[in-house]
Amino acid sequence: MSHRNSGEDLGPKKGGMQSGARAGGFHPEMSEDLLAQCMHCGLCLSVCPTYALTGLERSSPRGRIRLMKSVMDGTIPVAGTFEYEMNFCLDCQACQTACPAGVKYGELVESAREFIQVNKKGFKLKRLLLRTFFVGKSGLRAASALLRLYQKTGLEKIVIFMSGVFPIGILKRARLLPRLSDKFAIDILPEFVEPKVAARGGVAILTGCVMDAMFAEANLDTVDVLRENGWRVAIPHTQVCCGSVNGHAGDNVTARALAIRNIEVFEGTQADYYVVNSAGCSAFMKEYVKLLADNPQYSDRAKKFSGRVKEFSEFIYETGYRKPKSKIESTVTYHEACHLVHTQKISAQPREIVKDIAGDNYRELNESTWCCGSAGIYNIVHYDEAAELLDRKLENINRCDARTVIAGNPGCLAQIAAGAKNGRMDLEVIHLATALNRLYKSEK
Amino acid sequence: MISDGVKKKLRDLFGKSCFLDSTEDRIAYSYDGTALLSSLPDAIVIPSSVEQISRLMRLANGEKFAVIPRGSGSGLSGGSIPSENSVVLLMSRWDKVLELDRNNLTAWVEPGAITGKFQTLVESHGLFYPPDPGSSQICTLGGNVAENAGGLRGLKYGVTKNYVLGFEVVLPTGEVMHIGGKNMKDVAGYNLKDVLIGSEGTLGIFTKILLKLIPLPQASRTLLGFYESISGAADTVSAITAARIMPAMLEFLDKPTICAVEDFAHLGLDKNTGALLLIEVDGPRSAVEEEAAAIESICRRSGAKSVRLAKDEAEGTKLKAARKSAFSALARIRPTTILEDATVPRSELAAMVDFISETARRHGIEMGTFGHAGDGNLHPTGLTDERDHAGIAHVESAFDEIFRKAVDLGGTITGEHGVGMAKKKFMESLYDTPFIQLMRKTKEMLDPNCVLNPGKIISVSPRCEGALPKSREQIERLTAKMENPSEAYF
Repeated sequence: MSHRNSGEDLGPKKGGMQSGARAGGFHPEMSEDLLAQCMHCGLCLSVCPTYALTGLERSSPRGRIRLMKSVMDGTIPVAGTFEYEMNFCLDCQACQTACPAGVKYGELVESAREFIQVNKKGFKLKRLLLRTFFVGKSGLRAASALLRLYQKTGLEKIVIFMSGVFPIGILKRARLLPRLSDKFAIDILPEFVEPKVAARGGVAILTGCVMDAMFAEANLDTVDVLRENGWRVAIPHTQVCCGSVNGHAGDNVTARALAIRNIEVFEGTQADYYVVNSAGCSAFMKEYVKLLADNPQYSDRAKKFSGRVKEFSEFIYETGYRKPKSKIESTVTYHEACHLVHTQKISAQPREIVKDIAGDNYRELNESTWCCGSAGIYNIVHYDEAAELLDRKLENINRCDARTVIAGNPGCLAQIAAGAKNGRMDLEVIHLATALNRLYKSEK
Repeated sequence: MISDGVKKKLRDLFGKSCFLDSTEDRIAYSYDGTALLSSLPDAIVIPSSVEQISRLMRLANGEKFAVIPRGSGSGLSGGSIPSENSVVLLMSRWDKVLELDRNNLTAWVEPGAITGKFQTLVESHGLFYPPDPGSSQICTLGGNVAENAGGLRGLKYGVTKNYVLGFEVVLPTGEVMHIGGKNMKDVAGYNLKDVLIGSEGTLGIFTKILLKLIPLPQASRTLLGFYESISGAADTVSAITAARIMPAMLEFLDKPTICAVEDFAHLGLDKNTGALLLIEVDGPRSAVEEEAAAIESICRRSGAKSVRLAKDEAEGTKLKAARKSAFSALARIRPTTILEDATVPRSELAAMVDFISETARRHGIEMGTFGHAGDGNLHPTGLTDERDHAGIAHVESAFDEIFRKAVDLGGTITGEHGVGMAKKKFMESLYDTPFIQLMRKTKEMLDPNCVLNPGKIISVSPRCEGALPKSREQIERLTAKMENPSEAYF
């Protein structure tokens, strides 16, 4: 009695993927090879946050890959469980770090999401919202202005109070919103600033959407740190969103348009490197080369562009930075943003810098590579699951007795800070550039 | 298929949230870590008490459906692949360490506890649980006991069964039985404990396990020996044995495996190395340094082109983790990795390794071989692609020869992965008829309706599997089998 190659006794079902539909979403040849790369050993299960939450195989990378194969075979429909699981995934890519077989899970889940979008009929609210707020700066400006008004008039205080009385959906989510920056850094900064010491070259920075709306200070600090280390900094005012928010939600059409715009704008600065202080953005901009691979007009330029993109900590670590004269005075730990450690494999560089500027005050964080639950808009869409992951992160932070957490992504900064505030923890959550610049500033 | 009536009974027994039967969930439990095997269960149940498991087994016997116990699903012999008409019993949520007894050096654990996490926990108390399967990050202790798992420290410390003092188990008919206790000596009655350990989920479902712990060795040291060819590595293994040194770990990797591991782990291993030995010694600090030095000179004398000593235990841990990734890393070369664990007495290691590479060459297949050189437990891994049917057939015929050679050399068909479904057909070449008969009778006696993980290790008589024969052809086929008894078992 042999079961080899037997088993799957399911025929194609209604709503399953038809061969005609394939051409629109997955590139079938590509993804079949990517899918076949998984030899289902199960090592990824040990690092998957959603598997830790549900304990169900379908919420694990191995299970999701099997479901993708089934959609490709037409044995299960795209809508329903498949769609839910692809979106329930944080896309933190911890599994990709753990996978000895080299399965490109991030690419798989993102192409699955794109496939879901392509196959979807009817009104796509999420896509519309993301296209409105994460494209040019005008949507973001309008939204930020409204939110600032909401925070300044005291309306927020009422909502936060109400969320304590009625802990329901939207009210609970309101607690995740950090204090918005008063102004965008891109509106304060000129298009070019000169270095504070002898010039080593020119860089251009992306100010980002979320980063600039919520943590404009981190952008100002990034510029200061770069100048302090001899870099002439360009802040191109016509830059647009990097496209990651749209891309991760399966809207590559918008993402490609944004990528093209940024390529044109950044090329115009003549900078040697494009320094990006937001992990999600730098990861995505390094992928422009793949995003535009099929575009004859832009594929070569995208390749050059991606080659110039450097994440902030990666850049200053590799090019060398001046060590501040003093150390951080409180206990410090370092949280690893998924898009740094897993997507870009940047782990040692920021940790070494943090260790260096913290001295004896450095504390190692248990499970530092686990997702904090922020994951783009995940903490809004999957509030309860994200809250569990946040609790796990805060518990680890508590245990290592750190008063300051340094992280390299605005999503993580906002999520951990919101958790600390709601849990009344005495904890400051800051970007690495801010930590470094404070020490530079204190020298004067 | 299980009838709707039975599904309703299962839903009532386990509750709506712990009974899954959507197509998506069934697909997600249709496979484990074994290449090429998969089959859909009819449903999945998640128990919350021993009583529920016991009632499930009674229901299975009454309604004649199969129960397939499963932990993390990382097994490599198809032990948790569903059979026809089956329900998967998911034990992975039973993951607690119930008691750590530091006076008796024992621990009560639930079967779904992850081996690696348990090791870390006991080590934080200065204690040691030596069995260390390659999949320790994710495999469960219950699965380890069911498979009698081995791993990287088998040579010096033995395998899982050497650390099992007792357990609570639900028998196939639903009775709850208790075996053993915290006594280091206990000879009351037959040693039924060892019948259930390694029974691959066919004789009982472990619900609570009592494990033996030992003090954590004071120090350890890891070395890497790089060789031009496999023979130098084999000479080193013999020379270490001859020098009466017992390393905690003595692992072997061939060239393709070294390349795959290096691509994943970036350790700076020389990809032009023909063979690599990863050796660890542990014990009192002074003895460890002495033994490490002795091994280093043995490696050099046996033809190692270089020897690298891990600078500290952290680097040693990194090297061991990389070794553990070997099986999965080989998928970088070809996506389907058919891994086996033919095992021979230590003295035959070199002969076996030679035979494996010669057989691979003869069949024109790619093969990566690594394994536990110290205990003769090798992992020849056929590298292929499941979409290439001809290639799969070549790998399978090569393995037929490799298994028969292993048996000829006085070895066995599986050192640690279990027989499951993948190696059933080799059982008759390994054992004599009385042994097979006794195994079969044991299964029939404990599981008269053959409802617990049927079709694994051995196939019991046809009356236990599926419906009774009805047509003339079916009956004639059975009669023919009866006349040729060896066929009836497999």
